[in-house]
Amino acid sequence: MKIPEIDLYLIAPEIIITAFGFLVLLVDVFAPKGEKKGYLGFLGLIGVVIAFFYTIPLMGSGKTGFEGMITSDGFAVFFKITILIIAFLTLLISMGYAAREGIGFGEYYALILFATLGMMLMAAGTHLIVIFLGLETMSISIYILAGMLREDRRSAEAAFKYFLLGAFATGFLLYGIAFLYGATGSLYLKDIAAHIAAKKLFDHPMLLMSLTFLTIGFGFKIASVPFHMWTPDVYEGAPTSVTAFMATGVKAAGFSALIRVFFTALPGFRPDWTSIMWLIAVVTMTVGNIIAISQSNIKRMLAYSSIAHAGYILVAFVAGNQLGTSGILFYLMAYAFMNLGAFTCVILFGKKGEENTLVADYAGVGFKYPLLAASMTIFLLSMAGIPPLGGFMAKLYIFSAAVEAKFYWLAIFGVLNSAISVYYYLRVTVLMYFRESEREITGLQFSPAPVIALILALIGTFYMGIFPSNVLTFAQKSIAGLM
Amino acid sequence: MWVVPTIPPALYLMLSGILFTIGVIGALTRRNAIVVFISIELMLNAVNLTFITLSRSLQSIDGVIFAFFVMAVAAAEAAVGLAIFVMLYRSKETINVDEVNLLKW
Repeated sequence: MKIPEIDLYLIAPEIIITAFGFLVLLVDVFAPKGEKKGYLGFLGLIGVVIAFFYTIPLMGSGKTGFEGMITSDGFAVFFKITILIIAFLTLLISMGYAAREGIGFGEYYALILFATLGMMLMAAGTHLIVIFLGLETMSISIYILAGMLREDRRSAEAAFKYFLLGAFATGFLLYGIAFLYGATGSLYLKDIAAHIAAKKLFDHPMLLMSLTFLTIGFGFKIASVPFHMWTPDVYEGAPTSVTAFMATGVKAAGFSALIRVFFTALPGFRPDWTSIMWLIAVVTMTVGNIIAISQSNIKRMLAYSSIAHAGYILVAFVAGNQLGTSGILFYLMAYAFMNLGAFTCVILFGKKGEENTLVADYAGVGFKYPLLAASMTIFLLSMAGIPPLGGFMAKLYIFSAAVEAKFYWLAIFGVLNSAISVYYYLRVTVLMYFRESEREITGLQFSPAPVIALILALIGTFYMGIFPSNVLTFAQKSIAGLM
Repeated sequence: MWVVPTIPPALYLMLSGILFTIGVIGALTRRNAIVVFISIELMLNAVNLTFITLSRSLQSIDGVIFAFFVMAVAAAEAAVGLAIFVMLYRSKETINVDEVNLLKW
């Protein structure tokens, strides 16, 4: 019997994240009771940084290991870097937020690390079992994180809804995987593609069923319409730091798995899934943007905006060319910076027992807290796609990819939607600078950790807008092995 | 000596398809969260049956292994899910999905 080669360097980042997750749990158990445990978040940060330095050497190696179940091609490495950045910023935000809201348990930080582990496995897996396990490690951690504010009813409700719908979606995803296995007899993505091409199974009913179920299963994770119904409720109810993590991390990991499965295993079905995804992209953008206009709660507004952003990314997914795929990678990284930044502003604008999450609460903030209002404006403008910010370059790449692939109508819908979105992003800005506050908001506390996260997010947003070519070149190199 | 009649795999696949459909309908129409969750478990078990049938008819071991992973994940999910139900029940005194309506637009 051949013993499979075990290359631990290949999964070194994952091992480190896991080890630090357990370390956080252990330290939490032995720490004296009742004290504030911000240092646990610091421990998590150290873990993320070490994992980052073990991810960098994987770049460009393109190795596969564990019988080809795990790969370290550019695509996986790019997503791992994005996910680690998201985890780093989330931990920073959490250190202020958790102390304020009294989420004093170490499980919180450990679960963020475990969710990060799941996301990284989703990006690195080339075998359906690995992708499935990564997805579930991430999802189960996030079900718990969403319900972390145990005294808050809305948090419990968010966890409840996310759990039921997430488990429901998992059923569909698994049935899709089962059919894929049934038609091709393999769980390796490359073997599936090879089998389909060799046997010309392009109208095999099992594969068409599988395509439908996979679209549903992944559609839930990336929050595309019509599988988006959970998003606003869960984003509103969950602790804000977890919402930020969900909106960026879960979305990035969901897209990485979606792209990996569809582009590597099912390239033969491109005409089929292009037409489905075309429709989903248009509906997702439109529904997300139009409902966002009428929202009065800023977390719900950002939830609908994140649905709309999933639609923009699907535009590039439909285009499917080289510019489109690298555009998705660029978009997800830019989106991570601007969305985490916006949620950090939302967190900084609240205090214990007074979250101030209504859009109307933002009236007059520009006079009282000019720096906070300025950063919020920058993030919102970036999401709306105003130059010279990261969001603009991201949208530019995505829409030009759609034009290059001759999906003119899709590009037109995208640009129109982008114009609609400017309305509700600017509404907050107008409130902040041109209205008097109706209600005194005083005594905001700016703890150092979220402020550092805010500054890093600002730097990221500006960097990706002003020097986009560095990241784009990196993204283009990253997808070399994929297509 | 008995001869066990072999049941063709297509029948098993049909059975798992029916079970999956019952699960989907149950999850969409039932109101009690526990029953919804049981319906979801039924969906997962229908998937397991599919995997095992396919594994046998394809003569490959992968499907059986996948079924084990699905079982392990379903157990973890049940642990988390029931804890969430308990938490919700403590604050709302109900786990009826119709009455969990604090968050809506």
